[in-house]
Amino acid sequence: MTTPARTPGAVPRQDTGTDPARSAAPVVSLRGASVRIGGRTLWSDVGLDVGAGQFVAILGPNGVGKSTLLKVLLGVLPPASGEVRVLGTAPGRAGQRVGYLPQRRSFDPSLRMRGLDIVRLGWDGDRWGLPLPWSAGRRDAGRRIAEVVELVGASGYAHRPIGRLSGGEQQRLLIAQALVRRPELLLLDEPLDSLDLPNQAAVAALVGRICREEGVTVMMVAHDVNPILSRLDRVVYLAEGGAVTGPPERVITAETLSRLYGTPIEVLRTSDGRLVVVGQPEAPARHTDRHTAGGRP
Amino acid sequence: MTAVTALADASAGWSWNPVDDLRQMWAYPFMVNAFRAGTITAVASAVMGWFMVLRRQSFAGHTLAVVGFPGAAGAVLAGASAACGYFVFCVAAALVIAAVPRTGRDAGAQEAALTGTVQAFLLACGFLFTALYKGLLGGVTSMLFGSFLGITTGQVRVLLAVAAAVLVALAALGRPLLFASVDPDVAAARGVPVRLLSTGFLVLLGAAAAEASQITGTLLVFALLVMPAATAQTLTARPVRSLALSVAIAVAVTWLGLTTAYYSDYPLGFFVTTYAFAAYVLARLARLAAGRLPRRALLPAAGAA
Ligand SMILES: Nc1ncnc2c1ncn2[C@@H]1O[C@H](COP(=O)(O)OP(=O)(O)O)[C@@H](O)[C@H]1O
Ligand SMILES: [Mg+2]
Repeated sequence: MTTPARTPGAVPRQDTGTDPARSAAPVVSLRGASVRIGGRTLWSDVGLDVGAGQFVAILGPNGVGKSTLLKVLLGVLPPASGEVRVLGTAPGRAGQRVGYLPQRRSFDPSLRMRGLDIVRLGWDGDRWGLPLPWSAGRRDAGRRIAEVVELVGASGYAHRPIGRLSGGEQQRLLIAQALVRRPELLLLDEPLDSLDLPNQAAVAALVGRICREEGVTVMMVAHDVNPILSRLDRVVYLAEGGAVTGPPERVITAETLSRLYGTPIEVLRTSDGRLVVVGQPEAPARHTDRHTAGGRP
Repeated sequence: MTAVTALADASAGWSWNPVDDLRQMWAYPFMVNAFRAGTITAVASAVMGWFMVLRRQSFAGHTLAVVGFPGAAGAVLAGASAACGYFVFCVAAALVIAAVPRTGRDAGAQEAALTGTVQAFLLACGFLFTALYKGLLGGVTSMLFGSFLGITTGQVRVLLAVAAAVLVALAALGRPLLFASVDPDVAAARGVPVRLLSTGFLVLLGAAAAEASQITGTLLVFALLVMPAATAQTLTARPVRSLALSVAIAVAVTWLGLTTAYYSDYPLGFFVTTYAFAAYVLARLARLAAGRLPRRALLPAAGAA
């Protein structure tokens, strides 16, 4: 198995299963987890360990429950069964130690809030009561917000109303919002979606840099793995019956995916190192009756 | 009614000196009460309206206000005070609207459909109540279009207590409410009780709408609830500034409206609405003009709001 030879600047990282991060307590761990929405089991028997500082992609066909997996990790949705731990506690207990960027969020063009105000909500938007105007916390907030806006390269437009910014600019500010409390774990739901190719590459590079330089563990749901392929430590391929986890070159293969989905799947590699998955089943339509693999409602 | 004779005297007395005019108006206790009630209402409505505009819940706000009309009419019919009817109906309607789940993609549409249904039915009830109570006819105009005559000190106290409660609650809930309004998914992930805040907000909005109804009438409640906030948000994208501006505009249009209504004999709601509308139009024009100029708006430093 060869690692994809592309993107000269990127250092291909080893993931041999004896990664040093994995000897420490995992940042995220799932054991036999399953999730049910509206009486329907989306996925079941998912096991997963993510070590500190890893960059993990969550892949799978539309509707398989990738976004739902992030919601389980956030504690917004309880798992139907199994054990889920995030940063050593139950999901939802880690609070500001987890940063989150939901799927496909663009602001109403008429929303009159500056990018800075949106980032600031990530800083203290969850606090009750009024901030004291003379407190030292206010200065800290200003400093940290400026710092994180600089980090994502949004200083040039952060003071403009967010609804007027382009998708890529909004996405950077939302990443800044997710980062502002210095989270240890960053959960990103298709942050590259609806961006043009140069912006996809730039945002992917930004997330890779945050992961490497700030030591933040990143779990990113992706529709297309290629923009982040060279930066990934592991991928999680999600299917109804479970998930396969491992380094991309071991998981994104015809054998593994065919076995996972129970149907023949081909993985093609283009001359520039991009992976194309052919024959991947789309999730069944919402209203069809299905025999779920993981237990009865 | 002393107010009417006072008005007859007063219309001759308009001078171009605002201090004299205010002193002249404030010589009458009913005018002092009108200014007190107007100011209290303006402040509470401006702040609530600011969140309402940001949350895109103007239709819900309008319904809550309109529902005050059958409330007031029904209360008068039953022999209770109109104010009591406003508050009971507005807050009850808020709870009904809040009961619709606001999850899923078409949450806004669902809420709007239910809100419209409730609004139409209750308006019809209001019409029935006024028809049943034949002597109410003069009162209908003031219920719909506002009045500043005969506001008692007791009523001012009630308005003040409600406004204070609304503002204290908003101060406590303000930041999480803002978070939940512009970014519900992330707010929920950070442990903000988004659904509960949404219900709480509608109840506060019901109380604010009931207050504003008593000054501008139930049909023109937008004058204080929407227009100052929309004007302020047009002028600036900084939350704190725009909130303060919204309050300033609401108080200004109320005072101007009261003054004009005092010196003329047309309903208060008309003037307050007209001034608020003028402010909004001016703000839009100013934005338009600023957009044409070279982008000096890009300069302000990245300070905290
Ligand atoms: N709140 C919800 N209520 C009902 N069904 C939902 C809800 N959220 C997600 N679903 C359903 O769960 C399935 C998985 O959704 P999702 O996790 O968003 O998939 P993915 O992110 O992998 O595309 C979809 O079929 C979707 O329709
Ligand atoms: Mg999704």
